[in-house]
Amino acid sequence: MENTIKIRATLENGITTVKLQILHPMDTGLFKDRKTGNVIPAHFIKEVKCEHNGKLVLEAAWGIAVSKNPYLSFSFQGGAAGDTVKVSWTDNKEMSGSGETKIA
Amino acid sequence: MPLMNPARRSLLKGVLSGAVAALVAALPRFAFGAWPEQAFRAKSVPDTLHALLGTASVITDTRGIALSVIDLAENGAVVPVTVTSTLPGVDSIILLVDKNPNAMVARFMLAPGVKPFIKTNIKMAETSRVIALVRSEGKLYSTNKKVKVTLDGCSD
Repeated sequence: MENTIKIRATLENGITTVKLQILHPMDTGLFKDRKTGNVIPAHFIKEVKCEHNGKLVLEAAWGIAVSKNPYLSFSFQGGAAGDTVKVSWTDNKEMSGSGETKIA
Repeated sequence: MPLMNPARRSLLKGVLSGAVAALVAALPRFAFGAWPEQAFRAKSVPDTLHALLGTASVITDTRGIALSVIDLAENGAVVPVTVTSTLPGVDSIILLVDKNPNAMVARFMLAPGVKPFIKTNIKMAETSRVIALVRSEGKLYSTNKKVKVTLDGCSD
């Protein structure tokens, strides 16, 4: 999938702060489609990995209670301007996506 | 009672210490664990903690953790949550919502050098406590805050 992630990484006082948003429905599987009456199947991101220059810095395990189009912010020490921050995700339907940015 | 053969005994000891070493090696500080299926399937907070951590005993010392979340959420579909900690060596942050159909919301594993800080948006089915757990140097700390929800966040 393309353009599934909006990501920004900024460096301030030696600390890199990453802000990201993934476009994803995060369907819970608990509710019915109001028009058809059919249950909308669960469709949610399970795993998110964040790498700094290829090294894993954060790994998240998510369930259905993370909001639609999930937002996440975190920060780490040791980044430098121009370094790569990459985010990748996998959902319960084995779909996946990734995005990367340079630390500014 | 015959004495245990010393050679056999030292062999047994070696096997045992080897097993302990293997267990320790299997639980590194920053473990990239599999998606915790049982924890996400559990309903209640104690069952979730048991499935996730093998224990429900946490230190409810809230001094080292700050959980920032609104008191009143008009829309339970998007409740912004921020967790920060002043505890040393934090390697995981866990978010739970007491009265959601499944209490488990998310687990974040942090590599060394990653700040004990997470900001994200969560769903809340009804008025409930939001619970933040932080693991610092192998110990679990927790704090919680009640959030009043006026519109069910799971119906969308």
